[in-house]
Amino acid sequence: MKDIDVINQYTGEKWYYSNIVKEHFFNPRNLLWERPENENEYDAHGMVGSPACGDMMEMWLKVDKATERVKDLKWKTFGCASAIAATSMFSVMVTENGGLPIDGALKVRPQDVMLRLGGLPNRKIHCSVLADKAFQKTANDYFRRCGKFDKIIVEGARVVDARLNITDKDIEEAVLEGAQNLEDVQKKLKVGIGSPEIITEVEQLIRFYKDKYYG
Amino acid sequence: MPNNEIAKMKRVYLDHAATTPLDVRVKNAMEPFWREDFGNAGGLYEEGRLAKNFLSQFRETIAKLIGARADEIIFTSGGTESDNLAIFGVAAAIAPRSSTLGVESPKTPSVFPRGAHIITTKFEHHAVLEPCQQLVKEGFDVTFLDVGEYGLINSEDVRKALRPETILVSIMYANNEIGTIQPIAEIGKIIKEFRELKRKSYPLFHTDACQAAGYLDLTVNNLGVDLMTINGSKIYGPKGIGFLYKRAGVKIKPQIIGGGQEMRMRSGTEPMALIAGLAMALEIVQAEKESESNRLAPLRDYFIEQLMNKIPKVVLNGHPAKRLPNNVNISILDIEGEALVLYLDAKGISFSTGSACTSESLEPSHVILALGKPYEFAHASMRFTMGRGTVKENLDYVLGELPNAVEWLRKVSPLNLELGAKTMSHPEAFAGENLRVKARSKSYK
Repeated sequence: MKDIDVINQYTGEKWYYSNIVKEHFFNPRNLLWERPENENEYDAHGMVGSPACGDMMEMWLKVDKATERVKDLKWKTFGCASAIAATSMFSVMVTENGGLPIDGALKVRPQDVMLRLGGLPNRKIHCSVLADKAFQKTANDYFRRCGKFDKIIVEGARVVDARLNITDKDIEEAVLEGAQNLEDVQKKLKVGIGSPEIITEVEQLIRFYKDKYYG
Repeated sequence: MPNNEIAKMKRVYLDHAATTPLDVRVKNAMEPFWREDFGNAGGLYEEGRLAKNFLSQFRETIAKLIGARADEIIFTSGGTESDNLAIFGVAAAIAPRSSTLGVESPKTPSVFPRGAHIITTKFEHHAVLEPCQQLVKEGFDVTFLDVGEYGLINSEDVRKALRPETILVSIMYANNEIGTIQPIAEIGKIIKEFRELKRKSYPLFHTDACQAAGYLDLTVNNLGVDLMTINGSKIYGPKGIGFLYKRAGVKIKPQIIGGGQEMRMRSGTEPMALIAGLAMALEIVQAEKESESNRLAPLRDYFIEQLMNKIPKVVLNGHPAKRLPNNVNISILDIEGEALVLYLDAKGISFSTGSACTSESLEPSHVILALGKPYEFAHASMRFTMGRGTVKENLDYVLGELPNAVEWLRKVSPLNLELGAKTMSHPEAFAGENLRVKARSKSYK
């Protein structure tokens, strides 16, 4: 079976679901069947997304207390095939071979998940990012529950364009939505239009996020 | 009548509102024009004269089917071009623009120098919405009418929206997503009365009848329309062909210029095979519209009833009765449309969804949102459109597979929304700690 289903003849964008994506979509791993009756059955719980956006993920985590390794990661996902497959693959990656240490699991990047999935179309990168965010939130819940407050990762958004109140998160999101350069980002955000002094910083952020997600 | 070619296919194709397979009778009617009768209707010699005769004959056939005159039919490349020609054509004729890109020419005075007004609806096809939005940018005032919870335009709303400076009203005959049939004849009467009262030739009335052509009466005088869009690809005809009916005397500015074909309204060598196919296709669907409607409407109602019975938390989008006989559109809560499409695709079932995940723009269906339904319903909307090849067994097969697929995806999903819940609806309400997702749909709120 060929891997690429559709290629946009104008943009060259590949619209495909690799066999691995299909496999994880039809047979998801580590899916949570029934919600735990006892809240303490799992060591942590986290959720990101909203049904209005069309993507929502929920995760439940068990940690080996002695080694701080991921013992079990269960999930539920509302979303498209890519979102379901990405969560499934993420759960495999952090639990396989005895489980990753929490710190290591937090370093699993969206593009690592995509690589294991055999790729996702650019417009679907969002889906794998959500798995990453859901895990971060779940890990934060774990750190909170066991009192390791110093480990909680808070990604505060930093204002880049004060006039328009645009943050680095907005630029990250624009890049995730497919913006390739300053012009694309400005089409979405108008960032820096009227504030030429911040353009260099915006361009640096675009390069950073492009490298982070597509590099 | 069931088409054998479709019946042979293993798949259950339920996306006839997207496009239909070519009727074999249409294919035969097109056949001579690829190689034998290949002449350019503009030629003076034998081949050209022959083409010209055929062209007149097909134009006449189509005109008769909609109760029009032959010189009121302008062949185009399809529905999108016809819609663009109607809207930009009318706008440019009254507020002259120097190009299709819309730069206003300062030299030509206009009857409506400023503030020309257009009325359309919130749930038009993008081929109408986008030109209207473009005209807004160019200084036109456009009213986008609400469509109500059932997706039906209230003709009184049109009456209230009419102004002395209204130049055009464009309202689709039947909606492409939810199939609801609009009271075009009623609206036509209101516009006519308004014109008589004001002793003016404006506003003009345009309707996009692409989805309606296979099932409804197209007689232009019954409908009271001045402009009407129809294409081949939804009526078992060829793709890449359509026409714009333009009532004699109505002024539009051509958007494609060159050789002056189609009474100068649309230049380009006439694609004879496609035109032959379009004429034959329209003739067939119009002849069979009642029998086909009578066959499909009970199937539609059966399918809706069974879906509601077999799957919990399903809502019908659009009006239960005032809809095309081939259209079923439902929202299945707690699951996302693209996932269900892919799941059933693997089971040999084809249908479409209004979920954002499948759209180029990452925006969910503007039609479902226009009904006043929350975003969750739009992401979960599924359209099944039947056609000539659809028989009850096909629907039963879907009814066998769909509930299982939904049950499975609901197990995967963390959601458990309630049908009447009021908490849903704003994409800003993103639960993520650090991830903020802004409203993706800005235009239609």
